[in-house]
Amino acid sequence: MALSKEQIAQRIAKELKDGFYVNLGIGIPTLVANYVPNDIEIMLQSENGLLGMGEFPTEENVDADLINAGKQTVTCAKGASFFDSAESFAMIRGGHVDLTVLGAFEVDQSGNIASWMIPGKLVKGMGGAMDLVAGAENIIVAMTHANKHGVSKILKECSLPLTGVQCVKKIVSDLAVLELIDGKFHLIERAPGVSVEEIVEKTEAELVINGDIPEMTFN
Amino acid sequence: MKGLNKVVNTYDEALAGLANDQLLMVGGFGLCGIPEGLIDKVAESGVTGLTCISNNAGVDGFGLGKLLEKRQIKTMIGSYVGENKLFEELFLSGQMEVILTPQGTLAEKIRATGAGIPGFYTATGYGTQVAEGKETKEFNGRMYVLEEAYPKADFALVKAWKADTQGNLIFKSTARNFNSMIATAGKITVVEVEEIVEAGELDPNEIQVPGIYVNRVIKGKFEKRIEQRTVKQN
Repeated sequence: MALSKEQIAQRIAKELKDGFYVNLGIGIPTLVANYVPNDIEIMLQSENGLLGMGEFPTEENVDADLINAGKQTVTCAKGASFFDSAESFAMIRGGHVDLTVLGAFEVDQSGNIASWMIPGKLVKGMGGAMDLVAGAENIIVAMTHANKHGVSKILKECSLPLTGVQCVKKIVSDLAVLELIDGKFHLIERAPGVSVEEIVEKTEAELVINGDIPEMTFN
Repeated sequence: MKGLNKVVNTYDEALAGLANDQLLMVGGFGLCGIPEGLIDKVAESGVTGLTCISNNAGVDGFGLGKLLEKRQIKTMIGSYVGENKLFEELFLSGQMEVILTPQGTLAEKIRATGAGIPGFYTATGYGTQVAEGKETKEFNGRMYVLEEAYPKADFALVKAWKADTQGNLIFKSTARNFNSMIATAGKITVVEVEEIVEAGELDPNEIQVPGIYVNRVIKGKFEKRIEQRTVKQN
């Protein structure tokens, strides 16, 4: 079975390490915050000017002046700080954020990512994504492996306008965990009950499969 | 003697000199920290042909969305269209020129404008549409794109929490966002605030934007609409 959005987030949460400063993009990445392991301490950076994003507020604590980059009302975690957008992106561009998790329309085997527009059809804007992929050492893409017609979104070469070049190192999709090593995706794990054949069929990019591929586990 | 007193009492005074075809910078992230009353006044004035630099363009019917509805903006420079249907439609149909700019580059370009820095190199956007036609340069084995500062805005429209009469500013929480840089980048910087106090009442340790950048201060009224009201499920 393909993973649900929550399960993708849950699998990504296993990549978090104690002491990490992490930026979570809009959509599935935001859900990762719900699955932070209890035995580690991390801090979430929100590029609109908050380091130390807490949980959603109770109804009586909703504050229009306190939102995250997805424009959702949030609260502050212990040790939080506020700053302006220039400072926020100094943190990001300056490589101070340990891990960035973001969504994508397409990823290719050169590590390129496309996530901000489909010409003539849809334009979201890049927001902070171009700065995040240029600045982070460590980027995980959370995405569905193929579109609703079964066409792969993990490609030899992206067809859509790019967000960044040669920056993606890992993908957690609804079917698999892939790592990009020397220009080739390596199949690391598969979703429970999903066959290697199905993953191969839904991956246009070159895929390296070494030995038995374990099923994902969740915390 | 007016001295350093920047306080004005009406929106007419606050935006005196506003004209067609001007360059505006407007603070805010989504609907958080936007100068609501100043934007309403720009809408009411009916000026057209504006170039508007702002991270977002409001939502349908609120914030800069009002200027979109009245087609007052000729060119929109921002980073995120998001769920703003009218913005997306005006962009895709070519009715409005849109220059999408990475958020961090946008912030730094505005900062550079205010700081008298004509340009800077960033890795952001290298190899993408954003870098097309721009000079690139290698530093320590990595490629960077030359991004230039903007001209100073005819009007920089800012929202702050508190100001004193001399225009020293304090922001609240994430309503600061682009406001503090935009405050530095205007030929005329107008700040709409929730509270004005006498000069000397703010602790100098806590002032986030010094009054030197600010020309006019007006006490506004804010609806503070929330885009995504999310609460904890018990």
